[in-house]
Amino acid sequence: MSQDIAEKIKTEITANPVMLYMKGTAAFPQCGFSARLVQILKHMNVPFQTANVLEDPALRDGIKQFSSWPTIPQLYIQGEFIGGSDIVTEMFQSGELAELLAAKGIPHQAAA
Amino acid sequence: MAFMQSEMPSRADRLAACLTAAFAPVLLRITDDSTRHARHAAMREDGPNARHHGAAADGQTHYSVLLVSAAFAGQSRLARARAVHAVLEAEFAGGMHALGLTLRAPEEAA
Repeated sequence: MSQDIAEKIKTEITANPVMLYMKGTAAFPQCGFSARLVQILKHMNVPFQTANVLEDPALRDGIKQFSSWPTIPQLYIQGEFIGGSDIVTEMFQSGELAELLAAKGIPHQAAA
Repeated sequence: MAFMQSEMPSRADRLAACLTAAFAPVLLRITDDSTRHARHAAMREDGPNARHHGAAADGQTHYSVLLVSAAFAGQSRLARARAVHAVLEAEFAGGMHALGLTLRAPEEAA
């Protein structure tokens, strides 16, 4: 992983309280797993930024190394790696995601 | 080539062998979801990840695993997943694209 990519990722996850690395965009996810996380964040009305790894092969490989995590999507909250689609889905369903967002002071609506 | 592949253990076989050796599972269920993903964008791209074309040609790219093991007791979700990823590093390097994980300790409800 180049230093540039590592710096870019560090900057993104620091500047954006909720940062999602995904395939496609929030409007047009190109993978079911990425789509699921977008759906959860939208459902909870969480403000989030995304980066499309399909547009940048260096980022696609770089984020895997940065997180030591072999798959996309990847969710960061306030610079901390939270997990991929399984972990975030489980945390959403159990209410832990809402608790985490509340603890971090990130606006959201708890699941109805 | 088709003959060769039919003689080789499938990725699912290798996953089962690796996971059984590493985690002594109480329950292990592996599902090959590859056909559901064969046509999506990520499997068609060119460039550095073109190796996925080879993997996509015969499937064996997307799997779901349900694994119940005492090894996960007291471990966080991230730690459990990282332990599984570490055991399967060669499969990710060899074209496995997605791995859905449901990881439980025996005392947790499935």
